[in-house]
Amino acid sequence: MNQDAFDVAVVGAGPAGLAAALAAAESGVTVALIDAGVGPGGQYWRSPAPGAGTFKPNTLHHSWRRFTDTTTRLSALASAGRAVRFAGHHVWSIAQADDRWSLHCNVGAEPRQRDAQPPVTIHARRLVLATGAYDRQLPFPGWDLPGVMTAGGVQSLLKGHLVVAGETVVVAGTGPFLLPVAVGLARYGARVAAVIEANTPLAFTRSPRAVFGAINKLGEAATYGVALLRHRVAVRHRHAVIRAFGNDRLEGVVVARLDRDGRPLADTERSVACDLLAVGWGFTPQLELHLQLGCATRMDVDSSLIVDVDDNQQTTVEGVWAAGESTGVGGADLASVEGMIAGYAVARSLDATPVRNDVPLRRRRGALREFATVMHRVYSIPDALLDDVDDETLVCRCEEVTAGSLRRAVDELGATDPRTVKLLVRPGMGWCQGRVCGFATVCLTARHTGRAAVDSDMRAFADRPIATPTPLGSLARLADD
Amino acid sequence: MTTPSQFEISFDSTPIPCREGWTVGAALTAAGIRSWRTTRQGQRARGLFCGIGICFDCLVTVNGQPSLRACLVPAQPGDQVRTQEGTGR
Amino acid sequence: MTTTASADLVVIGAGIVGAACAYYAAREGLSVTVIERGPIVSGTTGAGEGNILVSDKEPGPELDLALLSNRQWRELSDLPLDGRTFGSAVELEFKGGLVVASSDTILNSLERLAREQRAFGIEAVAVPRHELREHEPHLADDLAGGCLYPQDLQVQPMLAAAHLLRLARLSGTSVLPHEPVTGYLRRGDRVTGVRTPRREISAGAVLNATGTWAGELAGLAGVRVPVAPRRGFILVTEPLPPLIRRKVYFADYVADVASDSAALQTSTVVEGTRAGTVLIGASRERVGFDRTISLPALRQLAAGAVGLFPMLGDVAVMRAYRGFRPYCPDHLPVIGPDPRAPGLYHACGHEGAGIGLSLGTGRLIAQTLIGAPPDIDLHPFRPDRFGTEVAA
Repeated sequence: MNQDAFDVAVVGAGPAGLAAALAAAESGVTVALIDAGVGPGGQYWRSPAPGAGTFKPNTLHHSWRRFTDTTTRLSALASAGRAVRFAGHHVWSIAQADDRWSLHCNVGAEPRQRDAQPPVTIHARRLVLATGAYDRQLPFPGWDLPGVMTAGGVQSLLKGHLVVAGETVVVAGTGPFLLPVAVGLARYGARVAAVIEANTPLAFTRSPRAVFGAINKLGEAATYGVALLRHRVAVRHRHAVIRAFGNDRLEGVVVARLDRDGRPLADTERSVACDLLAVGWGFTPQLELHLQLGCATRMDVDSSLIVDVDDNQQTTVEGVWAAGESTGVGGADLASVEGMIAGYAVARSLDATPVRNDVPLRRRRGALREFATVMHRVYSIPDALLDDVDDETLVCRCEEVTAGSLRRAVDELGATDPRTVKLLVRPGMGWCQGRVCGFATVCLTARHTGRAAVDSDMRAFADRPIATPTPLGSLARLADD
Repeated sequence: MTTPSQFEISFDSTPIPCREGWTVGAALTAAGIRSWRTTRQGQRARGLFCGIGICFDCLVTVNGQPSLRACLVPAQPGDQVRTQEGTGR
Repeated sequence: MTTTASADLVVIGAGIVGAACAYYAAREGLSVTVIERGPIVSGTTGAGEGNILVSDKEPGPELDLALLSNRQWRELSDLPLDGRTFGSAVELEFKGGLVVASSDTILNSLERLAREQRAFGIEAVAVPRHELREHEPHLADDLAGGCLYPQDLQVQPMLAAAHLLRLARLSGTSVLPHEPVTGYLRRGDRVTGVRTPRREISAGAVLNATGTWAGELAGLAGVRVPVAPRRGFILVTEPLPPLIRRKVYFADYVADVASDSAALQTSTVVEGTRAGTVLIGASRERVGFDRTISLPALRQLAAGAVGLFPMLGDVAVMRAYRGFRPYCPDHLPVIGPDPRAPGLYHACGHEGAGIGLSLGTGRLIAQTLIGAPPDIDLHPFRPDRFGTEVAA
């Protein structure tokens, strides 16, 4: 099935994509909003399945009204034929033909199911990529035990299904995202044994101007702080989970205090019994499609690979805009603002007149971006946690490659960069194609060779010409455009 | 909100309850099941990790089809979910 | 700051061919330095399938080199290495190739080629249509027949190159990655060493083993070697149990390899790997060093694979990658001393067969360097055979 060309295809229906789609469609151009999810909202505004149970949005969601307002207006535009939402569409490749883009999609919640719908190609004259991000992980002993999950994964089970993934939970890693995860779990009946945060928010006091510019962020954090107090959840700063243990299933974690360099202090180790560990170390932007199209990238302050955009959110590739986490992890508010700016800019490029002056949006973006930069500095990954990964620890979960194996590829086989390590001992070569282990493999390898990771290292693990696994049969039947 | 509609699916032949709109992974988790796959080399138990379709750790066999992401597959009444070993094939 | 050093042999390029030449030269007692502008195995070696084939070679000099190489791979396979063998460390598999024909006409030409090959020592066993599935149970049922080539091997090419370099290092070779050669040291016409941003290395011999980039390095010495990139894509599936036992390909592959066309050609080549993934090739097109993924190429590869093995239809492709084969207009590699620039040697232009042909090439280069008679005649591979016309 092929569609006539839309003016704009927006990929991703999270805060950035929804905002971009709405801004563009309200400015008078036709929009295809393409998203892998069943419902709109992305990971941030994921809402419960119909049968999951009763749900008060404010128990799990922030700025829910912005979400409902946006989707209501988009539905109205859809009825008027100006916007079409393609749910359950996983874009695996984008190609350019003449003056339009062809977005090749696998269709269905899990499109490799045999009864999934046939693949679809959607055409558009302009692209806005709002592909979001997923939790960033560091390897530690026991992190592949069932019961260890990403903080985002725990959150999505809760938001999407009202399922609490354990009874006694430790939430760990770094970053402001850990707080809403802990609060949500506590509200829905889990016992949150502790929040283990590697850094301390006291560091924000060093950048008062940036914090003031995004003062609502502080209010948000305070709300979570109060909620945690009410649930008697202790937040332990400058601590990390250094080990998870259990027999085929998580039984507990070992927590230690970190010294000034972020190195665990052995005499502070203690065990915490739990059946769920929700862990995250910031986020990794999803750049498969940007890299397929040849967009220029760089490394952000948080060491994530991000796509380069100009003031209008346009990438270095003509006709391609990007908004949200892929241009630098900064949270939902920043993503929404970037999405609107991109939506108006893409409308202008099609000679439509934006319905709104975006100067205030640009100012807001500046303030939020500045706050995000400070946030990344405050919630950084301690180098020591990367250097101290012991040789037996699994780094690549798919291909079961240990840290020792990565180091042997360097020491014995002569690899000098992460890509060569990948070619020789297979980290990042499995089902997930390095999405989970890419960051750690890059950092571990670079540090083992005595240098810092650079953007080309990151690109070698982010370049995925097939953005999502696609059945050979679907690929074989691909239409000619 | 309306009353949730409920049904059953099976995991390794044992019935487990499920609700409309849940994924297979959500149903297994709600039933207290934490792993449903073993790895190819180390035969290590695996279950949900990223929960959003990124990591492929939660691969499972549903109605005879191997290597589907439990965190994405919508559960349907009567689905037969089976533990998957290695490649699942 | 630059330093000076010296070696009997400087090898430019740390791909499989450079690695094999360094290994054999070091084994002959020569002092060797390998210089590589990027990381090791970062060129075409890192994008190969690991073919060690005799089946796709028509009688002639390339087949002679393939047979020599095939013997070297078998010999090296048993070499003890870290408590195992070289063969197991580099995932060398004695799997054999199965060439299949989709029609009786193609089967006839396949059988004609097999007859010619047998005269040159290749084992080629005709497999009638009804016996195909005894060799490959999942093959499509509409094939006309095939031919089994037990000598065909497969290797993990990056591991093979890395281990060859490691063995060379253990014999005293130094490997200098991330160091581009920016010029040659000369005495008159003679090449007497190389220059890099960091050092000058004087050498009795300098070997250009830079594969697809060999034309540039030859040009730096003022000589022409017309190697051009011929792009290829490979699809990689999800990990599977060993469902596909041999290297299986359609007989039209041989014609595609030998073709001079610049347009996209695909011929289906399917093989399992030790890691469980199935690799699907092979496309060929001459489009320079364009790294853009070509969906028509991927689609043709997928369609070919599903046509050959219908059960692959619901198997997922996880990854696709591209590489640039070092293509010579006459489809023969360039091996040996360059009379136009004495002291300069070449070992390049192996097109898609460089992994397989690397060991024979390394042995021939080492023999030449120590003045021993080469196992096969190097005349067909001579660097100055191309005349002056520029490669397309």
